[in-house]
Amino acid sequence: MPGRIIKWIDQRFPLTSFVEHELTSYPTPRNLSYWWNFGFLAGFVLVLQIATGIFLAMHYKADTALSFDSIQHIMRDVNYGWLLRYMHSTGASAFFLVIFIHMARTLYYGSFRTPRELLWWTGQGLLLLLMATAFMGYLLPWGQMSFWGATVITNLFRATPFFGDQVVVWLRGDYTVGDATLSRFFALHYLFPFLIIGAVAVHMVALHSVKSSNPSGINLADKDNIPFHPYFTAKDFYGLGVFLIVFSIFVFFMPDSLIEPANNIPANPMQTPNHIVPEWYFLPFYAILRSVPNMVGGVVAMGLSVMMFSFMPFLDRSRIPGGAHFRPIYRVQFYLFLLDMLVLGYVGYIPPTNQTLLIGQVATLCYFGSFFLHPFISKAEERWMRARGLPPELLALFEKRPPREKLTREGEAA
Amino acid sequence: MKKETLSVGDCGDRRNFLIKLTSVVGGAGVAATCVPFVASMNPSSDVLAKAEAEVDLSGITPGAMRTVAWQGKPVFILRRTPEQIKAAGASDGGSDPEPDSKRVQNPEWLVVIGVCTHMGCVPNKEGPGWVCHCHGSQFDDSGRVTRGPAPKNLEVPPYRFVAGNKIVIGKA
Repeated sequence: MPGRIIKWIDQRFPLTSFVEHELTSYPTPRNLSYWWNFGFLAGFVLVLQIATGIFLAMHYKADTALSFDSIQHIMRDVNYGWLLRYMHSTGASAFFLVIFIHMARTLYYGSFRTPRELLWWTGQGLLLLLMATAFMGYLLPWGQMSFWGATVITNLFRATPFFGDQVVVWLRGDYTVGDATLSRFFALHYLFPFLIIGAVAVHMVALHSVKSSNPSGINLADKDNIPFHPYFTAKDFYGLGVFLIVFSIFVFFMPDSLIEPANNIPANPMQTPNHIVPEWYFLPFYAILRSVPNMVGGVVAMGLSVMMFSFMPFLDRSRIPGGAHFRPIYRVQFYLFLLDMLVLGYVGYIPPTNQTLLIGQVATLCYFGSFFLHPFISKAEERWMRARGLPPELLALFEKRPPREKLTREGEAA
Repeated sequence: MKKETLSVGDCGDRRNFLIKLTSVVGGAGVAATCVPFVASMNPSSDVLAKAEAEVDLSGITPGAMRTVAWQGKPVFILRRTPEQIKAAGASDGGSDPEPDSKRVQNPEWLVVIGVCTHMGCVPNKEGPGWVCHCHGSQFDDSGRVTRGPAPKNLEVPPYRFVAGNKIVIGKA
């Protein structure tokens, strides 16, 4: 009977062939490490956030007079409301954590390089959507941090040329962050995850067109690919189990470690808390904003700091195949960049003083320097490595690759 | 027969022209349809109605400050002592120089919007002037920025004195 149903469907809809093409015979490099789990984990967290979010929305009230209390109502009165809320608030941090690891993997293994530029850029678009969604969601509890975070970030749009002040008022629907702002942020916070689903679909189409990269950084022969299902479904679900253990520790034992204490005070437009900090995942970018003495310059630098990653396919001039594993200078650069991000995060977290301002400015220079100098560093690295002699396997690949490589698709003549 | 009576070239031009015209009109229609959606996000009438606030100044002692809400924003009203007036008049401030006399209608009363011109935080009254704890900007007793990232002095709202010790903040 099930066979007959599937046959009936297949005559009308490409069910079996779709599953075969995308899952049971989708070729996946057999050498993928656990660093390749994080895209799947991001997808899982997206589903979790949408599920918990929809159920939270059934009890939440988007009204400045009611929203703070409705969160308390969810935490105390709603059955398992505390669990839904803590899963959602922890899920936001988890989302950024897996996305940052996913991006770090892409940078380390050079997965953004030809032919995966569009895959990388669709991912960049997803990062921006995620940031916008998280930012708008953070206003909804209507605590002090919510209010002042939204105030500071909407104020950034004052840097818009000519219409700065009007743009800010338009975004807020009021002269300050108020009831109009809260309602629209709630509406958009509900909408954006569905835009993310659409963007994820585009990301997946791009992925299934160019296929996964792998730790070797070079395209494998057909014999080294194995079907995604069951091999990588099993691997992904094992990784999911490990992820859920860590996630549960936060949800059940330390959920408040990810919530600023000041957000337990209802929003007060007349009083800014002495120390306002964004959520941890925005700290490095916030530090860059604070490091530039000029307001417009700071806003531009912060916007650019997020967008810099998309320029990587152009900035990387090295023709050495493979990722950081085979490129000693790029590897050092990668780890120094991670260290720089941590320094920026720390500077963004602590209250500003003259010393931390200086540290932040140096770290900001290093941040942008590592991008802008990358064309020269990568070219120099290529020359240095060639002078030292490439391993025969790499040399063969290198010589097959002309300076301006014409992209050829699978099945076309190379 | 029909093919011969209709010139293909003319027909093509005519069709292309109509397609372009239709696209332009359609595009204009789409743009016009966007207007109500975009405009709906601007402040509504009840928000605009908060545009004025009347404040009774009696009860503010010399040297004391009161914070009142205008358009949902805090407005600092500082009753300055003769020393504070003298100190404010002695310099033109820091990075955005402006004489104190241009910032007050009556030197005794300083009225400024209590929103840091950098990122919109509310500065705290500390020592002489204000300190914004978000990013460390400092303002003097005339609301002028003396150090930190704030690009401009604290804004002076439109206000007028009415009936002796009352002011109305906002455009009349």
